[in-house]
Amino acid sequence: MPLSVIMLTLLKGFGTTCLIFAVTLVCAAPLGLIVSFGSMSRFRPLRWLTKTFVWIIRGTPLMLQVIIVYYGPGLLWSYTAFPRVSAVLIAFIINYAAYFSEIYRSGIEGVPRGQYEAGQVLGMTKAQIFFKVILLQVIKRIVPPMSNEIITLVKDTSLARVVAVREIIMEAYSFTAKGLIWPLFYSGAFFLVFCGVLTLLFGYIERRLSYFKV
Amino acid sequence: MSILEVSNLSKNFGVSEVLKDVGFSVERGEALAIIGASGSGKTTLLRCLNFLEIPDGGSIRVGGEIIFDANDPETLRESEIRRKRLHFGLVFQSFNLFPQYTAIRNISLPCELLAKERPDYKERRREILADTEKTARALLERVGLSDKAGFYPHQLSGGQQQRVAIARALALDPDILCFDEPTSALDPELTGEVLKVIRGLADKNTTMVIVTHEMQFAREVSDMTLFIDGGAVIEYGPSEELFSSPREERTRRFLERYSNE
Repeated sequence: MPLSVIMLTLLKGFGTTCLIFAVTLVCAAPLGLIVSFGSMSRFRPLRWLTKTFVWIIRGTPLMLQVIIVYYGPGLLWSYTAFPRVSAVLIAFIINYAAYFSEIYRSGIEGVPRGQYEAGQVLGMTKAQIFFKVILLQVIKRIVPPMSNEIITLVKDTSLARVVAVREIIMEAYSFTAKGLIWPLFYSGAFFLVFCGVLTLLFGYIERRLSYFKV
Repeated sequence: MSILEVSNLSKNFGVSEVLKDVGFSVERGEALAIIGASGSGKTTLLRCLNFLEIPDGGSIRVGGEIIFDANDPETLRESEIRRKRLHFGLVFQSFNLFPQYTAIRNISLPCELLAKERPDYKERRREILADTEKTARALLERVGLSDKAGFYPHQLSGGQQQRVAIARALALDPDILCFDEPTSALDPELTGEVLKVIRGLADKNTTMVIVTHEMQFAREVSDMTLFIDGGAVIEYGPSEELFSSPREERTRRFLERYSNE
């Protein structure tokens, strides 16, 4: 088997990995914010509903969620299931939105009341208080836990293979049938580099925000 | 006419009555000290003046204008509250400076945001911004911190932070400046510098309402004193009189306990 074929296959798998990563991140980040507002709502039923949702999503394995989203519609309602990648994306987005929402919530609730009150007595509008006073403090608070979660997401993408989405590890694994182990190590290197770059990026953001303390 | 008139103010948190029928008035240029034990309702009273709490009963007038009347829901409109808050400045016990801004920016930011609402802001933008910057520097100098303009709050001591917070409150030129136990969060050696700034304001006849535990300071700096206990006004009168010869037994006991400490 020529080296170039193996490399190309792995790269294709890495493309799928990156796709799952990017789409999940881009969709779950704003969705998580909406969920966090739900869990901080003054309207009790909504808060209760959101908390139950977060409990279920965080309390069950992501692998199970992927399987249910993929097979569930067909088995329950004889409804033609989603395409494999879509099923994976739906499960991932819901799962990560739940995790992100808790990070946002802790970040927002961590800003002392006095910051809002100071803004109020200084004649600021609600929007000014949020954008000029609160937002940057929330961002500073959530960068470390978010970077942790996002790095976990990189590695969670490998769960997609449970419904036969050909991400990089599944591709690398297929070569073991031909007696090759190194593609697996090689796929590991992809993850290492990816996470390494993210670590540097988040480190940079943290340093950029280190000029003040909250 | 009194600049501030508070009548029959009451406030409940659930079933507990925090303020009962509180009334007093402050003349322009006068300093009022509010004293009382912890939990007596002093802070709630101050927060009611600043619309951080909404009283359940009574009324508040500033310069004759009714800014709050429990019987008139019109006085509670959200858009109006923001404007009416500007009659008051508030210095918090815990400073509450904005951590991501430098000392000078903490002072100038609120002014800038308010200036944006002026009709002539667009054409005179440059001028207005230069003005707010100048005012902020002057205020920083007034609280003795001109050399700390570019420092962030975490780089300043508690006393310095509180002085910046005083400058920030002054920047909006409030009719009445309120202090909520301004030195309670400070180490004893840092209270002096903050009290000195407040004393300076009193000398310049700044209208102030000061909630404090520093009895000696309250006596020196204020014209009138209000002693509050269990949410009700027990004694209210000229400070010198109230401190030297209190009429009420409860005031006497309270002052004795504090002078023994």
